[in-house]
Amino acid sequence: MSVTSFLTAAVIAPPPPEPPTLADCTPEMSAAECNEMLTWYGDASVQIADGAAAQGAVNPWVALAYLVAGVFFILALRGLSSPQTSRTGNRFGMIGMGIAVITTLVTHDIANIVEIGIAIAIGGIIGFTIARKIAMTAMPELVAAFHSLVGLAAVLVGWAAYLNPDAFGLLVGDSIGAVSKVEMGLGIAIGAITFSGSVIAFAKLSGKMSGSPILLPARHLINLGTLAAIVVLTAMFAMATGPEETFPLIVAITVLAFAIGFLLIIPIGGADMPVVVSMLNSYSGWAAAAMGFTLGNTAMIITGALVGASGAILSYIMCKAMNRSFISVIAGGFGAESGGSDGGEPREQRPYKQGSAADAAFMLEQAEKVIIIPGYGMAVAQAQHALREMTDLLEEKGIDVKFAIHPVAGRMPGHMNVLLAEASVDYDKVFELEDINSEFAQADVAFIIGANDVVNPAAKSDKSSPIYGMPVFDVDKAKQVFFIKRSMGGVGYAGVDNDVFYMDQTMMLLSDAKKMVEEIVKALD
Amino acid sequence: MDFIAILSIFVLACFVGYYVVWSVTPALHTPLMAVTNAISSVIIVGGLIAAAAAEVASAKWLGLAAVVLASVNIFGGFAVTERMLAMYRKKEK
Repeated sequence: MSVTSFLTAAVIAPPPPEPPTLADCTPEMSAAECNEMLTWYGDASVQIADGAAAQGAVNPWVALAYLVAGVFFILALRGLSSPQTSRTGNRFGMIGMGIAVITTLVTHDIANIVEIGIAIAIGGIIGFTIARKIAMTAMPELVAAFHSLVGLAAVLVGWAAYLNPDAFGLLVGDSIGAVSKVEMGLGIAIGAITFSGSVIAFAKLSGKMSGSPILLPARHLINLGTLAAIVVLTAMFAMATGPEETFPLIVAITVLAFAIGFLLIIPIGGADMPVVVSMLNSYSGWAAAAMGFTLGNTAMIITGALVGASGAILSYIMCKAMNRSFISVIAGGFGAESGGSDGGEPREQRPYKQGSAADAAFMLEQAEKVIIIPGYGMAVAQAQHALREMTDLLEEKGIDVKFAIHPVAGRMPGHMNVLLAEASVDYDKVFELEDINSEFAQADVAFIIGANDVVNPAAKSDKSSPIYGMPVFDVDKAKQVFFIKRSMGGVGYAGVDNDVFYMDQTMMLLSDAKKMVEEIVKALD
Repeated sequence: MDFIAILSIFVLACFVGYYVVWSVTPALHTPLMAVTNAISSVIIVGGLIAAAAAEVASAKWLGLAAVVLASVNIFGGFAVTERMLAMYRKKEK
């Protein structure tokens, strides 16, 4: 070959094409197509990492719409800062949800809109029916049941993303990106824990299962081992390639997570249910957030963070109101020992005064200031309406009546407030522990209905008491104490005797709470 | 959006959540739980994406199931919150 022909050949040969970069991915391309193009030209280093980048690149308006939905969710919670703004807040929440759903539907090619419509309709009808029919006293179990649904939905979405990663824009080359797999594994795990934990909480709260703790031997070891296994398996899942490797791992993560949710909640007793319900609330948020990471969806991430924070704060408030650490609640078993100690040393029989509805009515009429302390017993007896009637009659007689609510009264945060609201008690008359506790000294009557541990002075004085350190109402400072209780036999959740029963100024009203209040109402007329 | 961008949103949203939730009055803690329940069902978005794609039948059915569950929660959660909040009122005198 001559020198000239060599030169000509070199000139004629086309220059090698520039390898495509991320910038060459047009908005019309899906993440998978874009990645395919990048991989084809051998430059795998600049591939789109996960669905987030792809969806962001596709259309900034979509990301913006999800962000707006997230902001509406923030406003929804913000509205709850006072009862006046709360309903507007709830509407904001609905708007946010509407934006998120519509945005999703209009930005994806819907192959089967009819089936989706039917699915939403089925769920909507079930949800509406339950929401309309549920009794306010049953709110704790309803909330637990709803948490379980969020958890299960997270598991299903995680699995769907695993089975069809292309639809979620999760493909890097022809497999799911490692980061996406970690997020997916965590989302499925948290969702599964939320689901099985909430199912147990629901069963305990609704009385379908005994509220007493079920203690397995070596449960702490089992629980920690299972949690560690889930973490290790998630890491292995992220590293694994090919369905034959990843499939057994994701199955194992799911199964173990279901198991740990179950194991975590069965040792926790009825008294700790407010903490458990709050904690599961938090988990359902983290599950949504993890899925939000997988999908790169800001609405889900913001919501998940809000709900996660909300549940965590409520758990903290509940723990503080019981003077218990979060760890000790999670470790479980509270209230289990008390049964044993009661059997061991029989409670001493101390004298107490018992009164009738007529006695109580007479003394209430003489009072100037009455503070009512409701507890879970009021919810069980459905006594809130009768109680409101009694309040109305007393107020007609010019008596000042207030309600005092302990943070852990009932089975979920704010449980008593809802019941009193249901009975149309003015919320201006309902006070929190720290706001009203100083007023007992001026009160003529402290009227305790279905509460017990929250008025037990042992929490202030007896260091050996299981409830020592818990903030309680200073009912002993009131001139007269009425204590409505079914019988002298039962004790509170904590299983400790209560000195209030035996005080000079205490009158025990031993009866069903609703019946007793109704009799007082009759006597007042 | 890369991972760090998403993480930033998440971390900041946690702080927003922290301050917003502390400002919720304790009397409304039960409605708070009900409404957080409803909004966490925004996970329906994931269900819709899976249900909308027809290529993988198993993923589609899982997606549809997730849509049903999340819808129960969305409609039930918002409706029950609305019902509760309607009860909180001052008496007109």
